[in-house]
Amino acid sequence: MSQVPADLQYSKSHEWVRKLADGIVEIGITDHAQHALGDLVFVEVPDTGRKLAAGEACAVVESVKAASDVYCPIAGEVTAGNPDLASAPELINQDAFGRGWLLRLRPAGTQSSALLSAAEYEELLRTEVS
Amino acid sequence: MGRHTPLYDLHRSQGARLVDFGGWDMPVQYASQIEEHHAVRRAAGVFDVSHMCVIDLTGARTREFLQFLLANDVGKLKRTGKALYSCMLNETGGVIDDLIVYFFSDRDFRLVVNAGTRDKDLHWIRRHAQDFAIEVRERTDLAMLAVQGPEARQKSASLLSAADRERALDLPAFVGAHVADWFIARTGYTGEDGFEIMLPAQQAEETWLALNACGVVSCGLGARDTLRLEAGMNLYGNDMDESTHPFESGLGWTVALENATRRFIGREALQRVLAAGSARELVGLLLEERGVLRSHQKVLVPGGGTGEVTSGTFSPTLERSIALARIPRGAVARVEVEIRGKLLAARTVKPPFVRAGKALVS
Repeated sequence: MSQVPADLQYSKSHEWVRKLADGIVEIGITDHAQHALGDLVFVEVPDTGRKLAAGEACAVVESVKAASDVYCPIAGEVTAGNPDLASAPELINQDAFGRGWLLRLRPAGTQSSALLSAAEYEELLRTEVS
Repeated sequence: MGRHTPLYDLHRSQGARLVDFGGWDMPVQYASQIEEHHAVRRAAGVFDVSHMCVIDLTGARTREFLQFLLANDVGKLKRTGKALYSCMLNETGGVIDDLIVYFFSDRDFRLVVNAGTRDKDLHWIRRHAQDFAIEVRERTDLAMLAVQGPEARQKSASLLSAADRERALDLPAFVGAHVADWFIARTGYTGEDGFEIMLPAQQAEETWLALNACGVVSCGLGARDTLRLEAGMNLYGNDMDESTHPFESGLGWTVALENATRRFIGREALQRVLAAGSARELVGLLLEERGVLRSHQKVLVPGGGTGEVTSGTFSPTLERSIALARIPRGAVARVEVEIRGKLLAARTVKPPFVRAGKALVS
């Protein structure tokens, strides 16, 4: 079973959201997602300043086998893309919830409640596996 | 649910991720596709290729039949066990399949064809075999293991008795021999030295585990694909099919036209292509920017022509993206490839990209 940190929120499309200081959030893909993709070899993160809608494709992660879009779980303006992923995409395989973060953004307006808790995401993984 | 090879349960027990491949549930990777790739370039790995279709042909006119059926000329095969790579063409010169043919005797040959084309291949072969009174027998009783890498032959041979070991290690490149109840051939699809071993299905598991025990890494079809692409080898269905002929698929070297009296299926169509000049060619591409080339991406050639990536991947050995692409013929050095709406620069190169552990392009 993949790890699912209790202090994060999740999307049904396997992204995670961490609340940082100053209202900024950090976004990445889950351990389950990186495992399903396999060895990552190329990552494209959004430019700082880009405005993203909830559900918009915001990054691309490519494994040896295939390219996959990452969908922004919440609307907002990008404050940073992870600069380390250009030379070390494998950080996502090694540390999906930490050094493998994809982008940080300042959320626009009020948060929707569409995100899942860790318990709800674990339940989703159970139903997907069976 | 797809078809299962004799190693299916073992793959599951080793934690393989299984995917559909030509109607078979096959391991795409075990732990890490890149690590499996490196194991083959640096030491040894084993692949289950039992899904491939082994066909034995028997009859007084077998050599004559194959000289008609195949674009390469089995007349070249003199030594028992010698292998030949060939295309099997339709009347318009399109590639029905690519295959390996082994010569056992003038009346006994063996073909190994792709899993995904099994049904149409058998149908085509049987249809033409009738005229030559050839018996066509599919060998579903055999499993096939590809053991590949610089240490593959030594490690495989260590499973044999002393006398058999010597016979196996004496095999020259592209030659096979029956050794005990195995057929061992010094062939492969990775650009490394190694063996392909056909053996009774009931011996597959114990042999796989014995190879693991002497350090041969279990490898999936994912690594097989990155290895073959680095080696500049075509994949049927990606790089050629019935709508393309060998001269636009990098396979002109496999078409034997020297013997003007040899009639083979597709010959007339190919001679018309040669007379007019092939309009397209298959080239290697090296991506000069970050990104990954993938099949079906559009290729823009200076001066206005367009082509298409037929196979693309990230090369674990070169640590950059490589591809095969079909483009208008005419020796261009640089092209652009459209990836998600952006045009990225790529350089054309002559495959292979990597052979025997060494990068051949930079």
